[in-house]
Amino acid sequence: MKSLAELEAIRQKTLEKVAMRKEGSDEIRVVVGMATCGIAAGARPVMLKFVEEVRTRNLNNVTVAQTGCIGMCRMEPMVDVIVPGKEKVTYVKVTPEMVSRIVAEHIVNGRVVTEYTIGAAEGK
Amino acid sequence: MDLFRAHVLVCGGTGCSSSGSAELIKRFEEQIAKNGLDKEVKVVRTGCFGLCEAGPVVIVYPEGTFYSRIKVDDVDEIVSEHLLKGRIVQHLIYKEKADEEQHSTLENIDFYRPQLRLALRNCGRIDPENIDEYIAFDGYRALGKALTEMTPQQVIDEVLKSGLRGRGGAGFPTGKKWQFAAASKADQKYMVCNADEGDPGAFMDRSVLEGDPHAVLEAMAIGGYAIGASVGYIYVRAEYPIAVKRLQIAIDQAREYGLLGEHIFGTDFSFDIFIRLGAGAFVCGEETALMHSIEGGRGEPKPKPPFPAVRGLFDKPTNINNVETLANIPQIILNGADWFTSIGTPKSTGTKVFALGGKINNTGLVEVPMGTKLRDIIYNIGGGIPNGKAFKAVQTGGPSGGCIPASQLDIPIEYDTLTAIGSMMGSGGMIVMDEDNCMVDIARFFLDFTVDESCGKCTPCRIGTKRMLEILERIVEGKGEPGDIEKLETLGKNIKETALCGLGQTAPNPVLSTIKYFRDEYEAHIYEKRCPAHHCQKLLNYVITGKCRGCTACTKVCPAGAISGTVKEQHKIDTTKCLKCGACMEKCRFGAIEKH
Repeated sequence: MKSLAELEAIRQKTLEKVAMRKEGSDEIRVVVGMATCGIAAGARPVMLKFVEEVRTRNLNNVTVAQTGCIGMCRMEPMVDVIVPGKEKVTYVKVTPEMVSRIVAEHIVNGRVVTEYTIGAAEGK
Repeated sequence: MDLFRAHVLVCGGTGCSSSGSAELIKRFEEQIAKNGLDKEVKVVRTGCFGLCEAGPVVIVYPEGTFYSRIKVDDVDEIVSEHLLKGRIVQHLIYKEKADEEQHSTLENIDFYRPQLRLALRNCGRIDPENIDEYIAFDGYRALGKALTEMTPQQVIDEVLKSGLRGRGGAGFPTGKKWQFAAASKADQKYMVCNADEGDPGAFMDRSVLEGDPHAVLEAMAIGGYAIGASVGYIYVRAEYPIAVKRLQIAIDQAREYGLLGEHIFGTDFSFDIFIRLGAGAFVCGEETALMHSIEGGRGEPKPKPPFPAVRGLFDKPTNINNVETLANIPQIILNGADWFTSIGTPKSTGTKVFALGGKINNTGLVEVPMGTKLRDIIYNIGGGIPNGKAFKAVQTGGPSGGCIPASQLDIPIEYDTLTAIGSMMGSGGMIVMDEDNCMVDIARFFLDFTVDESCGKCTPCRIGTKRMLEILERIVEGKGEPGDIEKLETLGKNIKETALCGLGQTAPNPVLSTIKYFRDEYEAHIYEKRCPAHHCQKLLNYVITGKCRGCTACTKVCPAGAISGTVKEQHKIDTTKCLKCGACMEKCRFGAIEKH
């Protein structure tokens, strides 16, 4: 170890892997419905895509988690994006192709992708 | 490196290892791979979580779900339900009491809520065999700060200001120790870590070494910089194989990263650490005996002065600190002395780790701010006494400490308050006793331990403690004589004043403190030949009461043929033949046999 910068580099690199274990973090949570219905509707590739996007963009304040069935199985795969201090946004019938846009617009830039949300699907 | 969506943390401390956590890890890995989750879920072995009573313990992040008493067969369900489908397995979640609601996360459990984990902050949270994880949780930043931004004197001043006192027992201010060692002039100095944790029932240091070994290495390097030492030794018991293994892994990793070795962080400071194994002698926890042992000599103490800071290991100035003391150092350097003094009380700053054991619901490891009341530890964190029994006393400080009765439960835990009531902080063992424990026998137990462990170098300890033990053995056998209590008190006082080292000077404490608070029990043994707790076998009489139905079950199990009586009539025990083994009482289905 020759410098503090070197230490900091290791810290940052590992931090993103262990961030979920830190207390009181102001992290953004992406929760994918992964009950039988969700998995059958294709939630697994969606979730993997989220993990991949989060990794490639180095978003170490984002946690990708899973949850059970919330009862609207016809809308699966469903994804909740929870930004601290903001109302929870629920995306429905998510495909891996939609994930990049949700990450880029909502998670990175804070603009909800309205057309993918449950409100838009219900309004149809 | 891959990113995972979930981490499964399995406790790999000694407690959970012995209840089979290694098997669990294997099964988790198998099942996760079988379900195709190995790209998403990571299994991490961590150090002790503290709630050993509920082990083996598994925590699943990001939810922080706290599963307890997990068996290998439960793993499949956790993987298929929780990890695959995201449904928490409710019936495996930790429950505080049978009728209480289940809490799924660690922070909400009564056992953890009042705790403040500083020395144990990384235990149960990081993989102790992965230096990167330690670094991610601010590891080695304190060393970097000390080496690049502070002078050795500034480091010492910060530790002095923090008020940190030795966690090994005596409570000597750590900063002062460092100051003395720094003031000695020599071509070579040493930094030693005392990891020879020998108190029966104590495992605070083991948990730190197993769960967060890098914290100790980092602190030793900081200490080395402060006092001007370039070599460090960790003296650890050979009975701690997991701790030794993880320490060695940690040292190797730190060397590889250049965090130990030459020119650390590009400065002129060089420091390296070596492990020395102890062979399990209690006296080697005494610093001068410990140094003799590292040198290859017999583990025997020598008089002080000269203090180790002047002439210590290999006759060079040496600084010796306990594991838990060291575990606090990096955070003091990083967060500052003012932060540390804001925790605890003015005279005892920071936190203390206790190993809770004995008659208590939640046995395990707890860390609380200094000044916490004993009552809070025993009833809130510890969950009280099992089986509805009454609390009698708590023993702190191991064989050097004393027993604290119920009347003193509301004192705040500090070095000085504990000493004032005849016990001591000690290394942090805390053994809870209920109404079934005989205090005379407890004193006998601890003295038996010190007699065994006395090195025999000085007369008061070698012969004095032996004489005290003989008197105690007589008393519990019902052969106590008037004057025995006074003899014990005189002997105890003399040994305290004249013994060579800390072992002998504190050995009478368990006896003196039980005499102080439970003199009536000693008197009952001696004058009435009666053990009030119905514990001492020789003073017991088994009696068959009117509840007896005459089933003859007891006569069949009695090995001495001491029970007589005809079928369907009340039986009788011949006390002259009775061996007091208690077999009849266990066998009786009607609760007709009582101890008097």
